[in-house]
Amino acid sequence: MTKTIAEINEKIRKGQAVVVTAEEVIDIVEKKGVEKTAQEVDVVTTGTFGPMCSSGAYFNLGHSKPKIKVGGGRAYLNDVPVYTGFAAVDIFLGATAIPDDDPRNRIHPGPFNYGGGHVIEELVAGKDVRLAITAYGTDCYPRKRLETWIRLEDMNEAVLFNIRNAYQNYNVAVNLSDRTLYTYMGVLKPNMGNANYSTAGQLSPLFNDPYYKTIGIGTKIFLGGGIGYVAWHGTQHNPSVPRSDKGVPRAGAGTLAVIGDLKQMEPAWLVGTSMLGYGCTLTVGIGVPIPILSEEILRYTAVKDEDIFATIVDYSEAYPQRSPDILREVSYGELKGGRITIQGQEVPTASLSSYPKAVEIANTLKEWIQKGEFLLTEPVAPLPGVEAGITFKPLQERPIEE
Amino acid sequence: MTVAKRVVLHFPPRLVDEPIIYRLVKDHNLVLNILKASVTPKEEGLLVLELSGAQKDYDKGIRYLTEAGVRIQSLGQDVIRNEARCTHCGACVVICPTGALALEPTTRLVDFYPDKCTACELCVLACPPRAMEVHF
Ligand code: SF4
Ligand code: SF4
Repeated sequence: MTKTIAEINEKIRKGQAVVVTAEEVIDIVEKKGVEKTAQEVDVVTTGTFGPMCSSGAYFNLGHSKPKIKVGGGRAYLNDVPVYTGFAAVDIFLGATAIPDDDPRNRIHPGPFNYGGGHVIEELVAGKDVRLAITAYGTDCYPRKRLETWIRLEDMNEAVLFNIRNAYQNYNVAVNLSDRTLYTYMGVLKPNMGNANYSTAGQLSPLFNDPYYKTIGIGTKIFLGGGIGYVAWHGTQHNPSVPRSDKGVPRAGAGTLAVIGDLKQMEPAWLVGTSMLGYGCTLTVGIGVPIPILSEEILRYTAVKDEDIFATIVDYSEAYPQRSPDILREVSYGELKGGRITIQGQEVPTASLSSYPKAVEIANTLKEWIQKGEFLLTEPVAPLPGVEAGITFKPLQERPIEE
Repeated sequence: MTVAKRVVLHFPPRLVDEPIIYRLVKDHNLVLNILKASVTPKEEGLLVLELSGAQKDYDKGIRYLTEAGVRIQSLGQDVIRNEARCTHCGACVVICPTGALALEPTTRLVDFYPDKCTACELCVLACPPRAMEVHF
């Protein structure tokens, strides 16, 4: 049995496509078997909703009268600094940027109440934000200062562009030390007081297409409540990690760079987030449709939390010191049970990624496709796969001698 | 009618060495559960208690404390969840010491039980989207 994306799109247009979520497909395959399900199901939808720090947005502000050249100057949105190294009125706002006067970790753990992710959320919610620019002034762009309110709808372009999202698998974080740690994996209580993980597991996009056979550059996706596209593979994309016999990576592997028009997104799916003692970020909602082109692809989408393993890493020593030590491997099935055993000790587990919201994303995407509003795209180029032989390089420092 | 209420008691320095809590329990037939205590001799003392018993005993107990010079602050409903901001991630379930924030295993939604909340505020800064809010 094989299908093409064009055939599936034809069914979507006629309102006849059979679409199920990556959670629903598990039971269907168990009941009906791979062969029958592959014939019946056309699309499996996935979803994930978690903090993703390598997110950001670029904006074209429009020209003031008289004109100002922000390129090479400084600019802020609600006191959060933006990157200005482009032309006259293009800026880039990163999710983890924080105001210059934020106390940071001066009193540890710093609260990190407001940053780039929060500005993105407020802009998407239609709120006014304060734009402040200082520039050096030129003959063609004479103005040196500008302060104004600005909204998303006032801007020419507002584009979400996340250079690394949707990590295929991730560490489970614990703390072996005797003091509380404040990390990007949340608050880690001393002596393995908790084990934190961050994934939608069986619903997560790249767990359902572990070898990137359907997801590629140009794949149309649910992004932040609107429509987006896979722009490239994400930074740190590393397909070469060890995999289970079903092809599921056993450690952090593939990633996606995604892009989409911010003006059609929703604040419920782009949430400004504060990690105590760590920094600000953005919680991003992503959903990817997987066309069931063959039995092999269906088999991948039937992956269960019990089949997905992650490594438990100590964030007091091994992680910050870049040591490869892991405490053990654990399945997401076990993690979701609320308690796991590490070195004979029972440890409560917590997630940073919202499973109920991932379900909601997969269901929303399913509805869009069922209603014929969302057609699938053919990738224009594949993401690098295992055969690309990518190695994940650490930074080798070479001292600079004066 | 029985009640169970959470209160914060502020003891001025002159009362720190007095057997106030002993009298509160003994003379007023109340059950008490100490949730947090910081009492240093000769300085102000602070005690967070859950008091339970018959309503009339509770009222008498509170009157006794007030007359003795203890300042009382109610703790009920101090921390509430902004439902619109909660993403049901689940980060708080290992932070909350009382089980007031707990995962519902089938839906994987995080339920908030205000009656179990002691307003310790540990969840407030630990919640990534800052859905837990302190209300005075
Ligand atoms: S940590 Fe905050 S957002 Fe996450 S479940 Fe708890 S209250 Fe909700
Ligand atoms: S204030 Fe304390 S007891 Fe109440 S929900 Fe938060 S962590 Fe739990």
